[in-house]
Amino acid sequence: MRHLLSTKNLSRDEALQILDVAEDMAAVNEREVRKLPALRGKTIVNLFFEDSTRTRISFEAAAKRLSADVINFSAKGSSVSKGESLKDTAQTLAAMGADGVVIRHHASGAPQVLAESDWIDAPIVNAGDGTHEHPTQALLDAFTIRRRLFGSTSRGRDLAGVSVVIVGDILHSRVARSNLWLLETLGAAVTFVAPATLIPFGAEAANWPAAISYDLDGTLRETRPDVVMMLRIQSERMNAAFFPNAREYAREWGLDDARLAALGPDTMVMHPGPMNRGLEISAAAADSPRSTVLEQVANGVSVRMAVLYLLVSGQAGEGKANA
Amino acid sequence: MSNPTYLIVGATLPTGERADLLVQDARLTHVGRDASGESSSDAIRIDADGLVALPGLVDLHTHLREPGFEQSETVLSGTRAAAAGGFTSVFPMANTLPVSDTAGVVEQVMTLGDDAGYATVRPIGAVTVGLAGERLSEIGAMAHSKARVRVFSDDGKCVHDSLLMRRALEYVKTFDGVVAQHAQDPRLTENAQMNEGALSSELGLKGWPAVAEESVIARDVLLAEHVGARLHVCHVSTAGSVEVIRWAKSRGIVVTAEATPHHLLLTEDLARSYDARYKVNPPLRRDEDVRALREGLADGTIDIIATDHAPHPRESKESEWDAASFGMVGLESALSVAQTALVDTGLLTWNDIARVLSRTPAEIGRLADHSHSFEPGSPANFALHDPSTSTTFELDRLAGKSDNSPFLGRTLSGRVEHTFHHGYPTVSAGRVLASDTVAASAARWKAGITS
Amino acid sequence: MARTVLSQADISRALTRISHEILESNRGAAGLVILGVPTRGVFLARRIAEIIQRIEPGAPASLVGALDATMYRDDLARNVTRTPQPTDIPAGGVDGKTVVLVDDVLYSGRTIRAALDALSDIGRPRVVRLAVLVDRGHRELPIRADFVGKNLPTSTDERINVRLGEVDEVEEVSIEGPRVFHDGYDEGSDEPDGGTR
Repeated sequence: MRHLLSTKNLSRDEALQILDVAEDMAAVNEREVRKLPALRGKTIVNLFFEDSTRTRISFEAAAKRLSADVINFSAKGSSVSKGESLKDTAQTLAAMGADGVVIRHHASGAPQVLAESDWIDAPIVNAGDGTHEHPTQALLDAFTIRRRLFGSTSRGRDLAGVSVVIVGDILHSRVARSNLWLLETLGAAVTFVAPATLIPFGAEAANWPAAISYDLDGTLRETRPDVVMMLRIQSERMNAAFFPNAREYAREWGLDDARLAALGPDTMVMHPGPMNRGLEISAAAADSPRSTVLEQVANGVSVRMAVLYLLVSGQAGEGKANA
Repeated sequence: MSNPTYLIVGATLPTGERADLLVQDARLTHVGRDASGESSSDAIRIDADGLVALPGLVDLHTHLREPGFEQSETVLSGTRAAAAGGFTSVFPMANTLPVSDTAGVVEQVMTLGDDAGYATVRPIGAVTVGLAGERLSEIGAMAHSKARVRVFSDDGKCVHDSLLMRRALEYVKTFDGVVAQHAQDPRLTENAQMNEGALSSELGLKGWPAVAEESVIARDVLLAEHVGARLHVCHVSTAGSVEVIRWAKSRGIVVTAEATPHHLLLTEDLARSYDARYKVNPPLRRDEDVRALREGLADGTIDIIATDHAPHPRESKESEWDAASFGMVGLESALSVAQTALVDTGLLTWNDIARVLSRTPAEIGRLADHSHSFEPGSPANFALHDPSTSTTFELDRLAGKSDNSPFLGRTLSGRVEHTFHHGYPTVSAGRVLASDTVAASAARWKAGITS
Repeated sequence: MARTVLSQADISRALTRISHEILESNRGAAGLVILGVPTRGVFLARRIAEIIQRIEPGAPASLVGALDATMYRDDLARNVTRTPQPTDIPAGGVDGKTVVLVDDVLYSGRTIRAALDALSDIGRPRVVRLAVLVDRGHRELPIRADFVGKNLPTSTDERINVRLGEVDEVEEVSIEGPRVFHDGYDEGSDEPDGGTR
């Protein structure tokens, strides 16, 4: 594994390797000295063309706990928005001696363009690109599900037979896409629930490995899911005629108190954050013991440590940590 | 002093016959077996054994970028690219800066072409002032100018206002012109990046639905029928569009349509690389669309191939997909792509190629004095194409300023060996001749016709 | 050409002796924690813990664990990525304890240096000891073993293969003669996941 650009091309073994190493990282995060010397002397650049404080600090914490030096390059409001290109930025980082680049970009595919260019040689980690993918989010979600289900016996296990319902703005969600491919690889069954306007075009016809439903209540009743993952609804969608208003959305597709009460006792409620309480998720659902929201945040650091360690610590080339 | 006499020996005409061609004073003075008996001993002999002679290709859809975007292409560099591809006439689009919406700009562009001498340049005039889609530009002035504009287009933008389109069709009819419509519903394609389908959904690139093209074509053919005007549809890209045009023709509507070489060979799967060389407007579509376009050309629903040659500097393509410019260069590769997609597959003959790449585009564009036959006395505009090669298309085949070709690294059939414009060579033995040589030949030709 | 230097019975006897020596130096099993260095050190540590629990009835139930030092190695950047192994510390932790690190082969000492760093990030033992099945010499750091199964003087172009029943088909320690080809990989440093050194 040279870069982490998507979960689509991640093999089951690669995914499990990341999740298992993340278990080791989680153990480090639970002890008194939360630091490893593995990336001492390495420089990780967080290259953020789009604001995301949460993702950035999670990667920053991960890199620092591995003893890497961290440079935060927030390209919003800097020379980049004044026309400096991705190429110039990448070449600048290469000249500075970046050993790994974590990139968040508003354009789908920008991390892949960077990885396949000859502008910079460092491993590239996709921290969210447009409406394409957000692979570390999917990995931390899978890690969270696995830990809740299997606890200390998680290592080496996949998610065969686990039922996951993902609800909300699938169309614009890189989290939904990355989760779909990874959960499929790990053997879980995925159902997307959304109004038809927010289902990706052609997903049904192309046989994406997800069941597609417009009916949240029916889906929850029939699938009795192990996991319900709520996606954030952005207010600008209302202005673009994807649905009439927040009230109607919450009534049809929000995880409200009544739907929460109808869930099985062990059903996990997940949300990648930040949440719109009262819109896609009620306060009670967000704060219930079923909610994994804070575990997801904590696990995010462990998973990103694992990814950075596996990509940056060794020499480039095909290792036994595989392609 | 006039240009030299050329004797082309043993060429294969589009009909399949073998013939010698004698080129004298910008005309074919003899066509047939053993023309050598007719020629003086100082004629320059070109052995054309195995080469297909095609009438000079005519591109009804080119972007030469001058004035305004000379870092991408100029009239000189773009017509060099045209010559390299076997073209002898090009119709440059109006999206220059200033926009080609006045007689002054179109005459300037034409004159630049005349002086360069690589190809006849017949500018296309803008339908609306500044391509803004609000007021008609001075269509009459452009039609009556020295440039004799007959094709009007807001290409790059769609004339989407129905009333304005109706008026444009009617008004252009007054001057025996045609509106070449870039069919793209703007609301359905806001920020659109690639063909809308499961792949765009997977890649997270905003979808460009086929219906955004098809619905505009459907409206336009009905408008054209209603007002009795002729309509030309630019770069048809979907199977549905072919269906709509087939239906319109069956009703007797006077509509013509073009397909680009890239839409005849490439599909949306190339977007998987996020390599912006494959970003184009309209976008690359599905395999079934490619097949429908090829069949449309074969059955005459699609009338012509036009390149939509769209040069861009490297920085416009070396970026993330969303930020990159739309467009591909296509003049140099067009004939090889046509051979690969249509001749090698048995769908079209060389005679058909002469029709879709020369005769019909010349008719649509009202190109006067264009030779599309190899009759003695016709103007000596022709290309000699070697169909026997199959090679990787490399940078050295490009002759314009920009190298944003989607075909680089692909294996394509055939290559142009010689191009003659007004009886003098612009490409010789596979090499584009130097610009001063060509300009001097052009000046001699011009002196010859005015003397 | 491999030559057996310790048979299964030899290994068993060596581990029994080491176990007795640990108990003797610690004056019993009180406060004792045995941590194996992955991969094969973990199996040796478990065997030693079993022996200690058998001969010292008062020995604590959770005595043995694993200490992975992969991410503390000084040669990470020089090799292809190494996958770390789990670290497993017994319930009582290591603070104030007598920690015995167990590894199969002591060679350059770099693995043990890494393990000592890893250990100090986990807690502060009262004392740290080192037990190894084979000491083959050629130390590159000032480290020595407290308990040694067998001292085996070697040349640097020989290899020591440790095979244990838990993961290998046979159980033995063998020595392999000078290699014709120099692969430049494990010379002068410990192989991370055991087996061959």
